[in-house]
Amino acid sequence: MSVSGPAAQPPKVPLLHDPRFRGLLVQAVTALTLGALLWVAVDNAAINMRARGIPTNFDFWNRTSGFDVNQTLIPYSSLSTYGQAFQVGLLNTLLVAAIGIIFATLLGFALGVMRLSDNWAARSFATAYVETLRNVPLLLQLLFWYNAILSPLPAPRASLAMPSVALTWPDAGSLGLAIGAGALALLAARFARAQSPGSAAAMLAPIGAALGWIVALVALFFGAACFVGAPGGGLLHWGGPAGVYLNNRGLLLPNPSFGPGAEWVLAALAVAVVASLAYGLRARRLQAATGRQSPVGLTSLALLVLLPLLAFVAAGNPVTMDYPVLRGFNFQGGLRVNPEFVALLLGLSLYTAAFIAEEVRAGVQSVAKGQSEAAHALGLRAGPALRLVVLPQAMRVILPPLTSQYLNLTKNSSLAVFIGYPELVQVFMGTVLNQTGAAVQVIALTMAVYLTISLATAGLMALYARHTAWAER
Amino acid sequence: MKQLLIAAGFTALLATGASAGTLDTVKQKGFLACGSNTALAGFGMPDDKGAWTGLDVEFCRAMAAAIFDDPTKVKFIPLTAKDRFTALQSGEVDVLSRNGTWTQSREAELGLHFGGVNYYDGQGFMTRKKNNIASALELNGASVCVQQGTTTELNVSDFFRSNNMKYEGIAFATADEALKAYDTGRCDAFTTDMSQLYSERLKLVNPDDTIVLPEVISKEPLAAAVRQGDSQWFNIIRWTHYAMLNAEEAGVTKANVDEKMKSQIPEVRRLLGVEGDFGKGLGLTKDWAYRIVKHVGNYGESFERNVGENSKLKIKRGLNNLWSKGGLQYAPPVR
Repeated sequence: MSVSGPAAQPPKVPLLHDPRFRGLLVQAVTALTLGALLWVAVDNAAINMRARGIPTNFDFWNRTSGFDVNQTLIPYSSLSTYGQAFQVGLLNTLLVAAIGIIFATLLGFALGVMRLSDNWAARSFATAYVETLRNVPLLLQLLFWYNAILSPLPAPRASLAMPSVALTWPDAGSLGLAIGAGALALLAARFARAQSPGSAAAMLAPIGAALGWIVALVALFFGAACFVGAPGGGLLHWGGPAGVYLNNRGLLLPNPSFGPGAEWVLAALAVAVVASLAYGLRARRLQAATGRQSPVGLTSLALLVLLPLLAFVAAGNPVTMDYPVLRGFNFQGGLRVNPEFVALLLGLSLYTAAFIAEEVRAGVQSVAKGQSEAAHALGLRAGPALRLVVLPQAMRVILPPLTSQYLNLTKNSSLAVFIGYPELVQVFMGTVLNQTGAAVQVIALTMAVYLTISLATAGLMALYARHTAWAER
Repeated sequence: MKQLLIAAGFTALLATGASAGTLDTVKQKGFLACGSNTALAGFGMPDDKGAWTGLDVEFCRAMAAAIFDDPTKVKFIPLTAKDRFTALQSGEVDVLSRNGTWTQSREAELGLHFGGVNYYDGQGFMTRKKNNIASALELNGASVCVQQGTTTELNVSDFFRSNNMKYEGIAFATADEALKAYDTGRCDAFTTDMSQLYSERLKLVNPDDTIVLPEVISKEPLAAAVRQGDSQWFNIIRWTHYAMLNAEEAGVTKANVDEKMKSQIPEVRRLLGVEGDFGKGLGLTKDWAYRIVKHVGNYGESFERNVGENSKLKIKRGLNNLWSKGGLQYAPPVR
């Protein structure tokens, strides 16, 4: 006989003794107290600042700045506002952070893999690199690069000019010769790759391949430049200024300006990109179905280079180059890469690459040795085994610290104030703060900007991690 | 419960604002916190034994002498151009004596007051002799190194714009970095106040290869600064400077001040506190000016010792001479 009647009710507890209610109450009181403290702090600061005549709002945002910045991605002059100075600084920070992250990642992965290679020279070099660059403070490295770059370079009047013979190959013969040399280097790399993995010849394969691509692309670039209107003549011109100079004010390059037919070139480039992507997808599906590989890399490169080139010639050379010319103290015209920018980029990339190398090494070592043994048993060479089997599994261990390194790089760019690169801290938290006196607002805004950049970077990396993750066991 | 009480205590503490005057705070601390230069020859620089010397340094010592009768009761806090005003605004230093230019925006918008102008200066350029230029108007297209966060940046921009010239300005955090960049050849010219140009030139590897161009492109009245909202403190820094000027006008020097106490000239008697008590209104003793001249000297002595004939800079009095001798230094009378 079971007990009949309604199910037993939980015992009635007074509200104050209910653990859930008490938990909520403590949290609410803490939140309110923190909120009250924060409000009191802000209010107190505002009252004191107002009493001393220090600005307490963002009125300075639309006032004329009165100072110039020597490197801007947007149009800016001393008649622009403080708000525009903020944008200039922000864009410069993002530029150096983005390019720095790319370089640091590439170099870091290469070094991490080198530290694990069988080749004694590669391993020792990578170890020495990591140990040295990790342990020297970044500011010293930045100052070193800035002085190391500036000291040996000559003054503008004695600039190192790119030899003009390079731009004036007048005939298809020379151009073909250069492209042929590149193709030969690529063939040599292919041959080296066919050797057994781990031998010295196989190590040279990626170097040979890289050299081959570089030679071929450089030849194509200069060959294309022959078609463009160099000062004093076009395709059949001998001699004349090459338009590339190196001095202690920076690297000067000709600045391409796009004429009326330029949209065709861009359209051709877009078509080429879409075509290569489509071909790549088709090749992957073909390989999954039948196991046959297609020359995706070579074909994509051919498409990306030749299609725009054809459109270029067909549209009647719509791109004209603005060559830098020495007038008085400096070169006028052309495109200039500042030594401050280069020093900052080098310093940041090399420093962060040392840390990324260690993280990559940790990731690769975390993958069971059986994985690479199985890959070799399947017939995969060292390169594809690493790329297709080991690294994807290692990424799970590499990604979280890699995100931290990216955030570190972005924040470390604020050291640029010591070498005169006009990024956010230098322009906004330095000059603008000093001229307007609005210290609290400027610093709070700078902190908010760095926080936003960091959160965005971390969010993107988390998305990437989720996208490439596979099912847990 | 305990945490609530602690939090409430904090809140009560925060709610009380600062109400004591700066003079009382300084007297209570026992020393004057003086914001000074990091290292600028002639104005504020520690020598090889660590003792601070310079025109601005002696101004702070004069204030300490007036308040404590001891010119050594000063703590010098070196500040860069970037954070000097924030340090003063936040209360980290009591007075900023750091060759800062008196401008309207600094007075009206930063909440500061500027005291007696102890050096009338102007901005100039220096460039290498081998550039073969004789005037700043020939600097079209040049690269110019400046120190960040100073009126220098603004003035150079105005100068090039009003003369329709182009330039590339590279701003560095400290004057040392800017000077080094000029020395390595990164810039063609270096610009700052004329007084600084002469002292910075001494730091170059080859000082004789550099010339100072003749153009003075701006007005730079260099004065000490204090926070707004404390009139008594503001009076003290102004009248410290005026006391040193009045002493020079009356011929009172560090060497003869004791003798001058016996003088019968009314001006000298009022200045040195023998007659009347003009220190009371300032919150100081009646021999406040006597203390200044006794421990530091008058303005002329301080000038010659730090930046004039008796120093390495050898700058002439020029605009900084007394009004009676053709300069701009003019002090209201002590009466």
